Amino acid sequence: MKLGEIVTALDAEVLTENLDLEKEISCAFASDLISDILMCTKEPTLLLSGLTNPQIIRLSDMIELFGIVFVRGKKPSADIIQMAIDRDLPLITTKYTMYKTSGILFNSGLPSCKI
Amino acid sequence: MAEYWFYREGYEEQAREHFKTLPDPAIKLEFSIGERDFVNAGNASSQIKMALKRLGVDSAILRRIAIAAYEAEINETAHARGGDITGNIYPEYVLIRFYDKGPGIDDIEQSMIPGFSTADDQVREMGFGAGLGLPNIKKNVDVLHIDSVTGGRTLVEIIVYFS
Repeated sequence: MKLGEIVTALDAEVLTENLDLEKEISCAFASDLISDILMCTKEPTLLLSGLTNPQIIRLSDMIELFGIVFVRGKKPSADIIQMAIDRDLPLITTKYTMYKTSGILFNSGLPSCKI
Repeated sequence: MAEYWFYREGYEEQAREHFKTLPDPAIKLEFSIGERDFVNAGNASSQIKMALKRLGVDSAILRRIAIAAYEAEINETAHARGGDITGNIYPEYVLIRFYDKGPGIDDIEQSMIPGFSTADDQVREMGFGAGLGLPNIKKNVDVLHIDSVTGGRTLVEIIVYFS
C-alpha cells in the first residue's frame, strides 16, 4: 500500500512536509508500549501509536520504521516533528482511534508485520 | 550485593576469556546519562549503533545491539539517577557497560520476569514500564552481566558478537 493511499484512507494530516507519497508500505504494527514495539519489529514497519514523546522518534534510530501514524488526533510538538524531519521519517496524524485506524488499514490490504 | 550472569549457548568460554584478560578495545565511546532526561535518552545507543554500522557490522546484529543498548540506557535514565555508558568495540564483538548512580536493584531474578516493573506513572506515560526491559536485553545479547548493590550502584554489561 502506498503512503499516499494511507493518508487518504485515514483522512490524515501530514506533519512532515515533502512526504514521498509513492513510498510503498509493506506492513504495520500498533502499540503504545516502547518495549513491545522494539520486541516485535523485525522488518521495516509502519508504526501506529498514541505516544508523542521524543522517544517514539528515537525508536527509528534502533529499528527500521517506514513512518509513524499518530492516532486519536495526537500531534507531537514542533521540536519532535523536527527530530523526524532530521531522520527523513514521515509523520502523519489521524483523528481515528488505534482500533479503527488498524481496521481501516487492514481492510485496505495492509498486513500485520511479522513479530 | 547481587550478581547475575547469562551466557547464550556457545559463548561462555570466549566471554570468560574476555573478563579474565580485559583487553583494550579498538574503539571506546563514552557517554554521560542524565536522570529522567527523556529528550536525550537513546542518544548513546544510537551513536554506538552508528559507529558499528560504519564498521560494517551485519544489520540483523546491529538491530540486536541497538535494542539491548536502548533498553539498558532507558533503565539508567528512568529507574536510576543517571550514570555512564561506555561502548567498547573489539574486532569481533562489542561490550557495552552501563554504570548507573543507584539506587540498585533489590531482586535481579524478579526483575528478569517479563511484566515485573517498578516504574512510576511518569515513566509509564512515556510508554515505558511494561516490565520487558531486562527480558528484552537478555533476548538480544550473547552475554549479560548485572552487578547490583541494594541502595548502591548497578553495573550492567552486555556483549554481542559480530558473527
